[in-house]
Amino acid sequence: MGKGPLPGEMHQSFGQEPCAVGVCAHLGKDDAVGAGHRPHHVAVAHGVDLNKMVAELFGKKTGLSGGRGGHMHLYDANVNFFSSGIIAEGMGPGAGMALARKMQGKPGIAVAFVGDGAANQGAFHEVLNMVGLWKLPFICVIEDNKYGVSVSKKDSTAIDRNSDRASSYALAGEYVGGNDPDLIFAAAGRAVERARRGEGGTILELETERLHGHFIGDSGAYRPEAERKAMKDPIPTYRQRLLAENAATPADVAALEAKVQTQVDEAMRFGRESAYPDASDALQRLYA
Amino acid sequence: MFVIGEDVAKLGGVFGTTVGMADEFGAARVIDTPISETGFIGIATGAAMAGMRPIVEIAFVDFIGVCFNQIYNFAAKTHYMSGGQFKVPLTFMIGYGGGYNDAAQHSQTLFATLAHVPGIRVVTPADAYDAKGLMHTCLRDDNVTVWMVHKRLWGLGWLGFPLPKALATVPEHDYTIPFGQSRIWREGTDVTIVGLGLTVHNALTAADQLAAEGISAEVLDLRSVVPLDRDGVFKSVAKTGRLVVADEDYLSFGVTSEVLAVIAERDPSVLKAPAVRVAYPDVPVPFSRPMEEFCLPNVERIVAAARTTMTRGKR
Repeated sequence: MGKGPLPGEMHQSFGQEPCAVGVCAHLGKDDAVGAGHRPHHVAVAHGVDLNKMVAELFGKKTGLSGGRGGHMHLYDANVNFFSSGIIAEGMGPGAGMALARKMQGKPGIAVAFVGDGAANQGAFHEVLNMVGLWKLPFICVIEDNKYGVSVSKKDSTAIDRNSDRASSYALAGEYVGGNDPDLIFAAAGRAVERARRGEGGTILELETERLHGHFIGDSGAYRPEAERKAMKDPIPTYRQRLLAENAATPADVAALEAKVQTQVDEAMRFGRESAYPDASDALQRLYA
Repeated sequence: MFVIGEDVAKLGGVFGTTVGMADEFGAARVIDTPISETGFIGIATGAAMAGMRPIVEIAFVDFIGVCFNQIYNFAAKTHYMSGGQFKVPLTFMIGYGGGYNDAAQHSQTLFATLAHVPGIRVVTPADAYDAKGLMHTCLRDDNVTVWMVHKRLWGLGWLGFPLPKALATVPEHDYTIPFGQSRIWREGTDVTIVGLGLTVHNALTAADQLAAEGISAEVLDLRSVVPLDRDGVFKSVAKTGRLVVADEDYLSFGVTSEVLAVIAERDPSVLKAPAVRVAYPDVPVPFSRPMEEFCLPNVERIVAAARTTMTRGKR
């Protein structure tokens, strides 16, 4: 990436799209969503402005934060979205947004997306304890891609299922295997309804795949070859299923994909062609 | 608006800061937390981003070591990183300081640790009037603010209160004291003694002793660490020509260094003698009474420093 148009490192979301889509399909603008250092699929699924998001990735003036944030720090206040590059750091702010909604009597719940590695951070446990204690309308979505950079979950985590930790905090816990959009959608629906009814929080643990390395440039060579070869890209898999089950025609799928491609092309063009901020803008916006 | 922290509801704060508030405002707005600083600071930050104005109590500044990530990597940076989309109107109410033998993990001052992080405002009153005025300014601000009070100024007899000059008439009506505005407690012509919080009181006592020796000391209370009243400091030192800075935080890379930098950058020629810093030596706070007293920026050390500036320079 060194001298290319995208500055910095880049944690890609390839393979984890079903988690974002399956959960965010239940959410609206009143619902707050926090994501981690790999936030793009969640941002897109929650309705973050695509053009401004891409411009932010390029560090352009028209970006969500005018180029101050970057790809790990995406914010779109219009849809109550934020992300953070520190593992599990979005747990507290996410739960705080749930607390604010409860205190203000406003509609909406809050969802924090974290990876399986976050379940070993102190913030994860401290916050979930308070979510259970105060019955906050909050969902912790664990995208279990089985790796924290190069260390596998079995080498880092004492238990198999992080959703089992829900019993420590008087929360509901649910595990969904298979990176399956339909199963994720159904489980997320149950968690969202529970939160909206005021019945408290959920740990929703979703098995998923990190198809690429931790970031661009990481070959993932530390993973066993058989494991890497067994990974399936969920998008063509789901396309195939829709066609096989006659849920969509080839023409439907082609039209949808063309529409999305146009939006992506437009966002990329917008990002590339937008101007850089004035360098001295670096000194603005520290304080409100 | 709500108050959140350890022991703020039933106990009314470890140092009595929130006595009666739970009765007046209810348990929903004065919230006792588990001992989970990272968790409740993160929660308060999210609530602030969603339109609330939380006050977070941390009784001992030492405990920010537990939860500093949420403060400096998230709360302080969110307004900037979001390009101004999210405001974080969050006020920390923090106790600091030693002098009562609470040792290395419950006696630190740590102004510099907080002040070093861009995006946080840090204030510390020296009397009751400024305590209310600065707190009201913090509560009205749309940013992360840290209102720090030396434990010996919090009105508790077992910590050596009252210090007579810390008592002040506090009007019932609402008033604010702007950030970055220092206060001259005592005018003088020979040497400026800059202090903040408890060191203002030590400086005032020192000034009395110096007056008996014929040395006229001006005592300047910074009140605000971030933003720092650089103009006020420079103006006073340009008048007196000599500078002593007294701070209970560690000596190196701290408030005393920053105050000296003001003079060095603006015009060091205003100094008739080298400036002297009276701060905490760069060691953890020792437990034993004589050792702790040796380290504190007490009256004797400030008087000695002022004398040094008078003898070392050209008169």
